[in-house]
Amino acid sequence: MKTSIRLRINKSKLVQWVIILLAFACVIPLLAILFYIIKAGITKINWNFLTNIPKPVGEVGGGIANALVGSIIIIGVAAIIAIPLGILSGVYLSENKKSLLAYWCRLCVDVLQGVPSIVIGIVAYFWMVKPLGGFSALSGSVALSIMMLPIVIRSTEETLKLLPDSLREAAFALGIPFHRVILKVIIPCGFSGILSGVMLSIARIAGETAPLLFTAFGNPYLTTNITKPMHSLPLLIFNYATSPYNDWHDLAWGASVILLVFVLVLNIFTKLITQRWKIQL
Amino acid sequence: MENTVIKSKNFNAYFGDNHVVKNVNIEIPKNHVIAVMGPSGCGKTTYLRCINRMHELIPGATSNGEMDLNGENVYDMHPIFVRLKIGMVFQRPNPFPNLSIHDNVIAGYKLNGIKLHKDDRERIVEHSLKRVALWNEVKDSLTKKGSFLSGGQQQRLCIARAVAMEPEVLLFDEPTSALDPISTSTVEELFHELKTNYTLIIVTHNMQQAARVSDRTAFFYMGELVEYDDTKQMFTNPKDSRTQNYITGRFS
Repeated sequence: MKTSIRLRINKSKLVQWVIILLAFACVIPLLAILFYIIKAGITKINWNFLTNIPKPVGEVGGGIANALVGSIIIIGVAAIIAIPLGILSGVYLSENKKSLLAYWCRLCVDVLQGVPSIVIGIVAYFWMVKPLGGFSALSGSVALSIMMLPIVIRSTEETLKLLPDSLREAAFALGIPFHRVILKVIIPCGFSGILSGVMLSIARIAGETAPLLFTAFGNPYLTTNITKPMHSLPLLIFNYATSPYNDWHDLAWGASVILLVFVLVLNIFTKLITQRWKIQL
Repeated sequence: MENTVIKSKNFNAYFGDNHVVKNVNIEIPKNHVIAVMGPSGCGKTTYLRCINRMHELIPGATSNGEMDLNGENVYDMHPIFVRLKIGMVFQRPNPFPNLSIHDNVIAGYKLNGIKLHKDDRERIVEHSLKRVALWNEVKDSLTKKGSFLSGGQQQRLCIARAVAMEPEVLLFDEPTSALDPISTSTVEELFHELKTNYTLIIVTHNMQQAARVSDRTAFFYMGELVEYDDTKQMFTNPKDSRTQNYITGRFS
């Protein structure tokens, strides 16, 4: 009797250690990537790197200011397009759990999530670049916003679904009309969840290269005009990393660090916000 | 009956094909406390939710027949007006977690976009909280979130929220079933206070509660209104054998 219990205790200890080991194994790739990129890129980052635009081939120095500004603008415009649409769709899906339209909408969102980003780039090319007659940052934003949509929609839907029905009923029983119940009760109560979905979707698209290849296209000069081609960090990394010049490789490493830090900070912020603004139900 | 506030005539309610409230006829007098009791699944909550048209919010839920508020069929009125005149308190306390205690009380105005003068607002908050005997407990923490209160306080806050709209009728759906005994007795005492201004309809699982707090009692069984009478009459001398069986605890 005693030995069998001892055996069980040891078994459970063994399982515990295996789990810890495997969990650690999952973290190793991330740490390795972080370590390698930061080691290769951190020395390249200085003030000139952040504020200068790239120099032509053969000249030393130069920075990534155009890509940094471009990334911020392209992501910003994508967010402006995707956030309202995504949140409204998410509200619709959470309010209409069983309707046929919601079923199809949910299916489309799931499929959209699985569409390769390069395909979305091609679609944006045919929808925006061809009709408008040229590459533009706006078309890149549209491509990225399509990538953001499913993440925002699903996270909004899942967040709002978790709100108890009693909350809706409390509002309806006070004679509050539907649109005000949504705007003043449902969305504020799910705000932290919705916001974290939005932040994660931004972190997700920040590093997307493929949709920008034939939409925003890239631009060696600093521009803030969204109807013109514009550079972005992933495009810059792609172009410079595939170039034959060593100093361009260095710029690519530096830009990688910036991009990585941006995504990391966004993720950490998301965590903090969800903890901070969580509404106690 | 004089001074009838709520009057149902041949009222039926359904969930899909499921007939849950069957041909109910009832007249509810003003400024009385009416207890609605019956075993689980007898349709008492559904009936209550039909009075302020909350029933129809559930997909597949329908109803027919007449449900009059002061002689006007609520099903001919806009549901928003109905719900402004007929307040409701739910089984579980459900204060708005995103609003402070203060804002929870005036949530009906605030969320409806009704502008209140600051003096009026403070007066309504204080008056409503005093009506539910919560003012002394929360007057120093009005800016805290409503969800910080205890369960019993939250429930009284929800009653204050309903009272603040100055409705004619207050519906209570098993208002004390999620509360501890002390909170329950506080809420029960409130019913006596509140009936001077409002008509109270209380669904309860608890026969003792029905006997303690109500002037008249309605007994529902399998979706039918079996008996509706003075509470004293009902508990001492029930006319129907099913009521008798229920009161004596032969089924629950």
